[in-house]
Amino acid sequence: MKKLFSKMRDRQYSRKEKSRFEVALIYFILAIMFVIIAYPLYWAFAMSMNTTSNLYTASLSPETWSLENFRWLFTSPRSDYLLWYRNTLFVSTVVTVVTTLTVSFVAYAFSRYRFKGRKNGLYAFLLLQMFPVLMAMVALYILLNIVGLLDNLWGLILIYIGGGIPMNAFLVKGYFDTLPKSLDESAKMDGAGHFRIFFQILLPLAKPILSVVALFNFMTPFMDFILPRIVLRSPENYTLALGLYNFVNAQFSNNFSRFAAGAVLIAVPIATVYLMLQKYLISGLASGATKG
Amino acid sequence: MASNENQNKPSQTRVKNLDHSPKKAMLLSIIPGMGQIYNKRKLKGIALFILFAAFAFVMFDFVASGLQGLITLGTEARVDDSRVFMIEGILALLFTVFYASLYWVNIQDAKNEAQKIRDGWTPGGVMENFRNSWDTAFPYVLIGPGFALLVFVVILPLLFMGFLAFTNYNLYNAPPRNLLQWVGFENFIRLVTLSEWRDTFISVLTWTITWTFVATTLQIALAMFLAILTNDKRIKFKKLIRTVLILPWAVPGFVTIIIFSALFNDNFGAINTDIIQPLFNTTIPWMTEVMWSRIAIIMIQVWLGFPYVYALFSGVLQGISDDWYEAAEMDGASRWQKFTNITFPHLMFATGPLLLTQYTFNFNNFNIIYLFNEGGPAVRGQNAGGTDILISWVYNLTFTNSQFSMAAAISLILGLIVATFAFFQFRRSRSFKEEGNM
Repeated sequence: MKKLFSKMRDRQYSRKEKSRFEVALIYFILAIMFVIIAYPLYWAFAMSMNTTSNLYTASLSPETWSLENFRWLFTSPRSDYLLWYRNTLFVSTVVTVVTTLTVSFVAYAFSRYRFKGRKNGLYAFLLLQMFPVLMAMVALYILLNIVGLLDNLWGLILIYIGGGIPMNAFLVKGYFDTLPKSLDESAKMDGAGHFRIFFQILLPLAKPILSVVALFNFMTPFMDFILPRIVLRSPENYTLALGLYNFVNAQFSNNFSRFAAGAVLIAVPIATVYLMLQKYLISGLASGATKG
Repeated sequence: MASNENQNKPSQTRVKNLDHSPKKAMLLSIIPGMGQIYNKRKLKGIALFILFAAFAFVMFDFVASGLQGLITLGTEARVDDSRVFMIEGILALLFTVFYASLYWVNIQDAKNEAQKIRDGWTPGGVMENFRNSWDTAFPYVLIGPGFALLVFVVILPLLFMGFLAFTNYNLYNAPPRNLLQWVGFENFIRLVTLSEWRDTFISVLTWTITWTFVATTLQIALAMFLAILTNDKRIKFKKLIRTVLILPWAVPGFVTIIIFSALFNDNFGAINTDIIQPLFNTTIPWMTEVMWSRIAIIMIQVWLGFPYVYALFSGVLQGISDDWYEAAEMDGASRWQKFTNITFPHLMFATGPLLLTQYTFNFNNFNIIYLFNEGGPAVRGQNAGGTDILISWVYNLTFTNSQFSMAAAISLILGLIVATFAFFQFRRSRSFKEEGNM
């Protein structure tokens, strides 16, 4: 009897121990992941604080750090950083305003009206959403060249707006679909016209999704590298991403620490916004894709 | 009967007007507007007629010369620019399609209205009709601007690309100095028969598919593993852990890829000097040997891509009720059995279509290939680098080799592959639609 009792206790003890071991193992794996995630980011941050452009001698400890690179970006007459910032802001603002407006119109029509060609239109949007604009880059390059919009911010703006319409329209439409129809029907009873219902009733209710769409479109030009690379040629037209890339590209003398400084200034605000809005972004994108 | 409920005034008596023939209205509508006039809607008929006639009158020259230009692609070198001819031709084609569909709508409209009149409906006053047509037109007005943008920025370039694939546009035969010719399927035939093209095409295609499959699957597997670990009840600080694990998704991709390409540098990158060198007393040629470049790129993509999937999975896992697991425990299920029978099916059901988009995304993931080492290292005997996927090869053909037609042909093949994927996704989402209203 005693023997059995101690055996039972033994087993209990070992199960507890096993559980503790598992938890430790999980924490250990997570710790490794933390290092893998944090190291490159920390390294880039450290680079931005180093004045030497040589990656070999750069130091990862804060003793010799300085803000010299940041100062250079903003004050040196040879730095185009502020110009690129202005270009990017310009592109972002125009794209955001135009896209949000057009997309909310399109989404409203698809969500609230039953008209001829609606179903085919939705299928077309769904299909176009699958094709990245980039796939037609040969054609875009030649087209913009002929129209004279190559190396021009307006060319870039047009592509951003057009390319973003299908996906954004689906996001907003999905949201409109969740708003009760009785709202606009009762407004119609009261004699409100189409535009009035849209601007005074639905638009205010759709503010959350519209702000996500606006924010998303605003950030895209800050993060996108390829389209500017295809469209823009001269350094005074560059957007931030393209300009920064050229810091590490050979023709700009391979200055990694300046790239790192410029990149930190973009990455920190964008990452903050992403982390704050992750819930909406992930669930929003998810519902946009599944509802289709 | 149901169709005329909206338009009917309650006081109206429904006398069937059997003399009024929808067929006649349709036939008359061959001249736009005549059918409507026959339906006793004179104003509408006249307006339609003027509209159609004006469009036909103004656009006829443009359409005719555009279509002709699309066939000939210009006749005089240095004067005619074949590219402009092609674009005008495509615009003419688009306009023709638009005009034809309006024409068809016009005939249908005359027929439907005649049918209603036959069933005893009489058109109301001018004002009422006007309001009705504004109601019908309103959704089109809303869609108009977005649709126009889409046509010019997305559809026109895609069509242009499709046409380019069947011409001989390259560095030596470039407008405006030379004229382009239609060459039929020659580009595609060259791609599979000429050994220099075929070898490159096959090796790039193989790598593209391997890359898509391996990188995306690893991404999903890591995300699943971490999501299950962090969902464990015994783990604390979940919010902090989740935030850190999502961090790679929040930092702009082009920044991290450039950072990684510095870290992986053969000579002074930290991965060689701080990890490989001290541990194994050797260095790995990450940038200069094809196999190692590929391994590096896959690892980087897993780093970049797992957080989004992880966030999705975490959300789903939190939603799985504990009852499932408790019931399974009662039946004495092992951990593996619980995973294969409860966790995995739940995850796949909830996120299946999204995971598919991850595959299509990586299939066209130009960013990482280009920013890591521009598709390199170079490979002997082929005109694409060792890590080039189809889309980055297209980029090189366009911007460094000026092989525009070939680039367009490969883009077209790329598009077909994506379309196949899209088709499967279509079918999936269609089943979603059947439940709700689309």
